[in-house]
Amino acid sequence: MRLEMTDDEIAVQEVFAGFFADQCPPDAVREAADLGHSPDLWKRLAEMGAPGMAVAVEHGGGGATLSDLAVVAAEAGRRLAPVPLIEHAVAVRGLIATDPGHDAVADLVAGDRIATLALRAAIEGEARLVPGGAVADVVLGLADGALVVGGDAAPGAAQANTGDLALANRTLGDGQTLAAAGETEWRRMVSEWQALTAVGLTGLAQEALSLGTTYAMEREQFGVPVGSFQAVQHGFANVATSLEGAVFLAHKAVWALDSGNADADRLAAMAFLFAGETAQACAAASLQYHGGYGYAEEYDIQLYYRQAKARTLVLGPPSAEYRRLADVVLAPDSTEGAAA
Amino acid sequence: MDFSYPADVEAFRTEVQEFLTEHVTDAVLEEVDTGTVHSDDLHKAMAAKGWLSGAVPTELGGGGMSPLKMSVLIEELQLFRAPIDAMGVAIGMASIILELGNDFLKGEVVPRLLSGDALGAFGYSEPESGSDVAAAQTKAVRDGDEWVINGQKMWTTMAHVADYVILLTRTNPDVPKHKGLTFFIVPLDSPGIEIQPVWTMGYERSNATFYDEVRLDDKWRLGDVDGGWNVMKTALKFERGIAGGQFYSPPLIDATIDWATDAPAPDGGAMIDDPGLRESLVRAMIDVEVCRCFAQKTAYLADTGAPFGVEGSMTKLFASETFKKHSHWFMDAMGPDGLVKRVEGDGPHVAFVEETFRHAPVTTIYGGTSEINRNMVAEAHLGLPRARR
Ligand SMILES: Cc1cc2nc3c(=O)[nH]c(=O)nc-3n(C[C@H](O)[C@H](O)[C@H](O)COP(=O)(O)OP(=O)(O)OC[C@H]3O[C@@H](n4cnc5c(N)ncnc54)[C@H](O)[C@@H]3O)c2cc1C
Repeated sequence: MRLEMTDDEIAVQEVFAGFFADQCPPDAVREAADLGHSPDLWKRLAEMGAPGMAVAVEHGGGGATLSDLAVVAAEAGRRLAPVPLIEHAVAVRGLIATDPGHDAVADLVAGDRIATLALRAAIEGEARLVPGGAVADVVLGLADGALVVGGDAAPGAAQANTGDLALANRTLGDGQTLAAAGETEWRRMVSEWQALTAVGLTGLAQEALSLGTTYAMEREQFGVPVGSFQAVQHGFANVATSLEGAVFLAHKAVWALDSGNADADRLAAMAFLFAGETAQACAAASLQYHGGYGYAEEYDIQLYYRQAKARTLVLGPPSAEYRRLADVVLAPDSTEGAAA
Repeated sequence: MDFSYPADVEAFRTEVQEFLTEHVTDAVLEEVDTGTVHSDDLHKAMAAKGWLSGAVPTELGGGGMSPLKMSVLIEELQLFRAPIDAMGVAIGMASIILELGNDFLKGEVVPRLLSGDALGAFGYSEPESGSDVAAAQTKAVRDGDEWVINGQKMWTTMAHVADYVILLTRTNPDVPKHKGLTFFIVPLDSPGIEIQPVWTMGYERSNATFYDEVRLDDKWRLGDVDGGWNVMKTALKFERGIAGGQFYSPPLIDATIDWATDAPAPDGGAMIDDPGLRESLVRAMIDVEVCRCFAQKTAYLADTGAPFGVEGSMTKLFASETFKKHSHWFMDAMGPDGLVKRVEGDGPHVAFVEETFRHAPVTTIYGGTSEINRNMVAEAHLGLPRARR
């Protein structure tokens, strides 16, 4: 047991915290809003080896664990980085797991091309509102129970959306089949996406919270900082407590995937759902305690408020995911408790 | 990070589970029906296992059990619905005495507490002071080698079965409130003590205790005269370490699943297939998973000697608030079925959701209210200034 980051992870964190702070200030996020993607930021990330870092060395990757990648995901989330880093990483890992000789592998590992994962099964060959879909050259997804890889040219335009994400519809119907019965492989990718996104959402939430508490200590009303009012403090304390729990649970899910734990899929879904709700609650509290300025375009907290929602909903309505998870943890005909 | 437990802790968990399967019988669960959250047989059996002395360092005569093992023990006890209040008091009181007490108290009181022969009670709260515990007014006045105690405590849970109370008193009314407090260990059979029951919505019994000219030799004093706040801080430290409470919800979830598996749904089938209930069950399970992370992290920090005060506050706040929420969800899911009380002859598993609903509100009050814990989180975790209070 070790519930702290390793020295290696701390080193990775320092590098990427600095990287995103320099390369992805709020202005860069705003500039990338139309496409939901910053080609320039992606290029620099590729130079750092991030897109392929969690790919095995034998496939040209960095040989890092998901836990290492999660450290980067947290920092990317903290700065709302407009790049499909998580989608790309899990799609490439999934592609290599099913078709290591695929001719896109080398380019993808290097980050010269972008991959993504359709998080919801395609309907009549069409995957709707795929995250990273506006820029991905390669799209993995589930169509009629098969894991397929499609793509060709990225559309280069996003469906305008709440979170300024690179969402676009993509066709999978004419894609190449990687596994005829590919649900297990696809589910594994979705689980990796959920666990890493959970970590990313906690990074987003930490920054949202810090924007709120910093503002509350600067803003004075009635002659004192608004952050000294107990009503405000308790609102922050509630979400900060949930956030602390969300961070532990997200890291636990990543650890479970890395270590092949039997509970990994369950934990990934739980971590994602909890982190999504918590990130939204953190951003909502911080926005509230900004008063009217929180609603102003000029302030960054509204970016976090919108993105927390968007990054959670791309998987589907949360209630659908809660119910899917119920089918995993509660057999429909269950006669005994499954709480422990 | 690595969330796996060391092999010896996993082995310990198995040992605890085997022990509890044997000892937490329906008869033990029914003992709690008296309102006293205690089973002497279970308490003594745990003492015999060395688990009461577990949390105490070996050099002080304890079992030297790691905080990690201790947290596993408390988790399993809660999952088995075992009454653990007496255990918490025994360990807490013994630890405080061992850290700050004199040789007499260490020799007389601690071995009796840790063997399960004697029980303790906490005497902090008063009619006029709860959260503001330092405002205690129960008076102790020195008289030669003795002290004379007068006053009243409220919520002295277990006092009616306990042998000792750890009593917070005011020894100096003329200094700021934190500076005039002194602790005593008071034998509850001392002349001048009266104990009256206080019954609660959750059927648990607590007590009001009255102290009328109670005389005590100075050897029963715990810590320095007017140094009571220091003792209080130590007490809170131990309480946070061993208080438990992180696993309130799992038995409730299990009871709800049991009910829903057989309960017919209005439109056919069983309630367990109701999509709304399934979603709330999963939400509750996620909250439990978060509690498990909190418990593990707190124990881990304690294990590595790091401070864990804020984690303790967060854990208590999160676990009790979510538990209270769950108690409403599952009562609501049951509708009128949820309202039906257990009657004589029913086993301890009947109407568990109803009983939980009655019990849940106290968990956000005792042992530090949610508001007090939010103050802690705001100040110690978020660095916000001390709010006006
Ligand atoms: C069943 C039961 C068993 C108990 N057992 C014991 C025991 O064995 N020994 C013992 O000593 N005590 C015991 N207690 C007492 C318990 O610790 C207190 O009830 C608790 O600390 C709260 O104090 P209070 O009830 O006086 O409420 P108060 O302190 O009067 O609080 C009333 C309300 O005001 C809020 N409030 C108070 N201060 C602040 C603040 N600074 N900021 C914001 N809000 C605030 C509180 O959160 C609460 O909502 C027990 C209580 C119960 C109900």
